[in-house]
Amino acid sequence: MTLPALQPQTMAERILSMRGGKTVYAGDLAVVEVDQVMVVDSIAQSFIERMERDLAAVPKYPERVSIVIDHVAPASTVSVAQAQKEAREYAAATGVQLFDVGRGICHQVLMEEGLARPGWIVLGSDSHSTTYGAVAAFGTGMGATDIALAAASGKTWLRVPESVKVTFTGQLQPGVSAKDAALEMIRVLGADGATYQSVEMHAGDRFTRGERMTLANLCVEAGAKAGLVVPGGEILTDYGYDIPEWVYPQPGANYVREVVLDLDALRPRMSAPNEVDNVHDVAALSAELRGMHVDQVFIGTCTNGRIEDLREAAAVLKGRRVAPGTRLLIIPASSQVMEQAMEDGTLLTLQRAGAALGTPGCGPCMGRHQGVLAPGEVCVSTSNRNFIGRMGDKDARVYLASPAVAAATAVMGRIALPEDVLAVAGV
Amino acid sequence: MPRIWKFGDSVNTDDILPGKFAPFMAGEDVFQTFAFHYIRPEFAAEVRPGDLLIGGKNWGLGSSREYAPAALKKLQVGGIIAPSFARIHYRNLLNLGIPAFEADLTGSLNDGDEVSLDIATGRLTRGSDVFQLPPAPEFLREALAEGSILAFFKKHGRFPGERNPGE
Ligand code: SF4
Repeated sequence: MTLPALQPQTMAERILSMRGGKTVYAGDLAVVEVDQVMVVDSIAQSFIERMERDLAAVPKYPERVSIVIDHVAPASTVSVAQAQKEAREYAAATGVQLFDVGRGICHQVLMEEGLARPGWIVLGSDSHSTTYGAVAAFGTGMGATDIALAAASGKTWLRVPESVKVTFTGQLQPGVSAKDAALEMIRVLGADGATYQSVEMHAGDRFTRGERMTLANLCVEAGAKAGLVVPGGEILTDYGYDIPEWVYPQPGANYVREVVLDLDALRPRMSAPNEVDNVHDVAALSAELRGMHVDQVFIGTCTNGRIEDLREAAAVLKGRRVAPGTRLLIIPASSQVMEQAMEDGTLLTLQRAGAALGTPGCGPCMGRHQGVLAPGEVCVSTSNRNFIGRMGDKDARVYLASPAVAAATAVMGRIALPEDVLAVAGV
Repeated sequence: MPRIWKFGDSVNTDDILPGKFAPFMAGEDVFQTFAFHYIRPEFAAEVRPGDLLIGGKNWGLGSSREYAPAALKKLQVGGIIAPSFARIHYRNLLNLGIPAFEADLTGSLNDGDEVSLDIATGRLTRGSDVFQLPPAPEFLREALAEGSILAFFKKHGRFPGERNPGE
């Protein structure tokens, strides 16, 4: 099918035009086909209630609906266990796909299972569903009614977003990662800098799929509806994706804002409490902050729990030990990541360095279990939110950073750069 | 005649309905009586069906809780006008059938003003003053005619504005 294009379109405009069968531009409303609806354990009960009580409907295409038990996995309380039991029963009764305890974090699992593909529309009951933009899928988060309507109808309505164009130039330097680029992007855009909008990232052949996921994941922290990365690099060759021509933006498309980020000049970044856009250059942090005792380091989440992240941490931790008085939690993003890390010895390196390893899932990211923080405690985390009370007590403080900075911090017991550690010979 | 209730910038979903008064905590029948409980305690008791809320930018930021707009729906709020809305909240409003208009009227209208609003044309009048709101797109007018997007879907089995050769 081809549609008449009256003026050049952004990625978001093209994908939504194609999937809605009508040429649309920013500001238009589109009704589009949905390829995958993702429900997480936290809202499974509300989803089931909307389906059964409010809509009296069953999923139109059960194979396009997934339930992932990841936010509190395994269950921490009887009521959580009950909700998860209902989710399992619902999946068994309706034929929707269920990814149970230990399979991993929803976004990582969908990507590994091939349930997010170029040009697809993927709706998740979790705000970080922007992650699917890593493979040029229009991924976005929605509430329980929207999710249920999409499951019942196979479609959803969307207001076509304006787009912000972010162009990456140069190359990441040693010790600097996609997380640093993502934090820098949020600093430049601001926490509400892309509200309603799509962040369209032009990176050429830079970045692996995992790195693209980190970038797309963080876009929601600027309020974005979607974070789409123009396909390039290993996306074109390594995953067998069929990449339709209509996912690429057209020259001359209309952007509300254009930003250029120079990777050559980028140094490790850190987001300080309590806003994600409170981003600083780690090297330029005050002596007071650099000297502050860190109680916990957490490496994991849908932002940075992938194999490349664990390897990045292992490179710093190899032959070293976590500082006394600091605890290091490492939770692989999925069972597949866990297996890879077992096979290549990464996990053994991390374990020998003194890490506490957890079941693949969200872990303490949103403060429900497996490593929540006490009042006054400080955590350096590879996750994506540092809001008040996010990871435990409201008086705990969370600093967001890359896996390499997190690992270096674990070794030193205070905020550190990888080079601070690598300068000291391993034992 | 509908009246205006005026609010400031960044009214969040906790302001609209504090988490502790969620339906499963306060009760399905009474949770709406806690709308704006902390910031305008008189609201729930005094609001009349059709009254309009005027807000500043980023109306409805915060959690994706659907029971915040559900409380306003139960109180029969006639619409919300703000220069910008938080995305998930905006969807929740339309799913539940509360008309939302993007316009900044905080400088033009006052608390308690008596007004009338024609949803279809977006014409808001106060005495001899006329304010033209961006009219709701066709899609929403169709939905609002049935009450909400949810109600429209229940009746027609499709979304408004969607081509359906069978219908
Ligand atoms: S890891 Fe954290 S941010 Fe990611 S889906 Fe889980 S709770 Fe949300």
